Amino acid sequence: MSVLVGTNTRLITQGITGKVGLFHSQGCRAYALECGAKGGKVLGGVTPGRGGQTVDGFPVWNSVYEAVKKEGANTSMVFVPPFGAADAILEALDAGIELVVAITEGVPVLDMVRVRQFMHAKNRERAAAGLKPQRLIGPNCPGIITPGQIKIGIMPGYIHRPGNVGIVSRSGTLTYEAVHQTTSLGMGQSTCIGIGGDPVNGTNFIDALELFEKDPDTHSIIMIGEIGGSAEEEAAEWIKKNTKKPVVGFIAGRTAPPGRRMGHAGAIISGGKGTADGKMAAMKEAGIRVSPTPAELGTTLKALLEGKI
Amino acid sequence: MKIHEHQAKELFAKAGVAVPRGIVAFTADDAEKAAAALKGQGAKLFVVKAQIHAGGRGKGGGVKLAKTPEEVKTLASSILGMMLKTHQTGPEGQKVKRLWIEEGTPPKKEMYLSMILDRATQGVTILASAEGGMEIEELAHNSPEKILTMPVEPASGWSAFYTRRIAAFLGIGQSETDAHLVKQLDLFCTNLYKFFWDKDCSIVEINPLAVVGEGAESRLIALDAKVNFDDNALGRHNDVRELRDLDEEDPSEVEASKWDLNFIKLDGTIGCMVNGAGLAMATMDIIQHYGGSPANFLDVGGGATAEKVREAFKIITKDPNVKGIFVNIFGGIMKCDTIAEGVISATKEVGLKVPLVVRLEGTNVDKGREMLAKSGLNITSASSMADGAQKIVKETSK
Repeated sequence: MSVLVGTNTRLITQGITGKVGLFHSQGCRAYALECGAKGGKVLGGVTPGRGGQTVDGFPVWNSVYEAVKKEGANTSMVFVPPFGAADAILEALDAGIELVVAITEGVPVLDMVRVRQFMHAKNRERAAAGLKPQRLIGPNCPGIITPGQIKIGIMPGYIHRPGNVGIVSRSGTLTYEAVHQTTSLGMGQSTCIGIGGDPVNGTNFIDALELFEKDPDTHSIIMIGEIGGSAEEEAAEWIKKNTKKPVVGFIAGRTAPPGRRMGHAGAIISGGKGTADGKMAAMKEAGIRVSPTPAELGTTLKALLEGKI
Repeated sequence: MKIHEHQAKELFAKAGVAVPRGIVAFTADDAEKAAAALKGQGAKLFVVKAQIHAGGRGKGGGVKLAKTPEEVKTLASSILGMMLKTHQTGPEGQKVKRLWIEEGTPPKKEMYLSMILDRATQGVTILASAEGGMEIEELAHNSPEKILTMPVEPASGWSAFYTRRIAAFLGIGQSETDAHLVKQLDLFCTNLYKFFWDKDCSIVEINPLAVVGEGAESRLIALDAKVNFDDNALGRHNDVRELRDLDEEDPSEVEASKWDLNFIKLDGTIGCMVNGAGLAMATMDIIQHYGGSPANFLDVGGGATAEKVREAFKIITKDPNVKGIFVNIFGGIMKCDTIAEGVISATKEVGLKVPLVVRLEGTNVDKGREMLAKSGLNITSASSMADGAQKIVKETSK
């Protein structure tokens, strides 16, 4: 078991003929093959106008529709450049892809507002037809990985181990940090979801936490937030009411100067809300163990699981 | 990206959003000429407004009223070149290099109106208040009921009922004598909302939105204008990109932006080079945790080349306050050997005069570590981010 991705994943890459798209498709394929019988399938990719070609053994299709029809693709990883990314996501959703993972950084925010509208409408139709909702992870995210089954995205696969810690984070590299620390301490991960740092995205903390709470193979959770917005506060509130699993948290940006943009369009402190201290307080209030530094996520979780704190 | 008030007003005028007549001036003589031209169009009163990228200009002495073009000239010469200090500029203030000379339109009523990209509703939200012209954040904090918060459904776009809600809340256009203001507000909001989407804005703020004139002659007008654009979308708006004023930005940040680096200068002593915004912030946090202070925030990004890393390293070393550098990389897209190559080439070019602690992990880590070890540079390697932070704090506090 795992959440969203695993053995049954049939992955394609949108933008596979680009340098970065190809490099990471190769990484995902190598990871899936190493997983053996449990590994998901990395099928190939889509680049409009390049259909029928192959790149490094990957078949290329002209459209997502084609990949769905011919190969039964159910998951897509998007590496299309920023101004085309929203369009690529929409095509994947329209073609019936169940999970779209958008890695692209720098997508205009209003483009994502349109994508959200489209998804809402689609998912209402799907609900009426008794189908499960489509999901988007990202954009501006590292992707999602179920260790031992499939890696979708740009994360270094070798730091992961199959296990029972679910990790959700707004920051890519901090996710790796949490993974590395848990692996080093002999704990593995069920699934790791990088939701991305953009203000308008597909999957938020609560969506991910809900999946982890339901997943029998996830026994504990690490949640990593950032300054800006109120998603972490809302997630803490949700955890307080709904989560029975132990949760360790961290918020990056405690020392960030107020009012300054810190890379992610979302990381803006405004009107006294969204500060690191405020978010950490909300986490503590909800019973989440807050790691004192980003280097102690693993040790804090271990101590918590062993009943030492 | 931020722009000046006068640029925002010029864009508004083109978009059909009502603003007072005005002309930008870079010298006192130009300011006088601008006022004379406005006088020729019927202006009887003039406002001289300092143009810097910060709010609170009036309180800081950057906004003055004048009755004649001569008076405008005198005021202009005193404001141009001044270091204008407001609550948003920092203690040293910001040098005034341009003025907006505007027709004076004394307001009968000052209100507040803004449109923001709202992460909570995942769309555009309208904020409005009948009490404009004052500290809106204070008002929001003390009397939240005095602010209308209204998300606009992106699928429908602007619709007249939104306008009627705002008008009722603001208390304008509710009587027979000023009913025409609702129509004006509708045109104002329709065009402003369209502008927001057309130009990929992240914030449009009008404070104050004013009613000027009496009774049937009364009209709505934006007396101030603040616009921020979504940086991600600048690539598709050449007209907006041209409005960038580099004088308003820190020189090291301007240099960094040439290389597409995410850099913010801070006042500490430990230079940081990190990949990923979250890890970059966390690195600053952990440096502080161990008693040091970061000299900058720097996210080299995912797809950085060795050249970009080299330039980033050079920008960090240029800061005279930097007493040590901490490179903290967890490679995903970013390959550790690329970082090593960039660091080595930068130190060859500019030398390495301060302690350097490097922590590498992730994609191609072995290759990166080997390159650094063979480089002959005096580099302290760290096994984890905590180890690295402690080492650099120790090195710099010697």
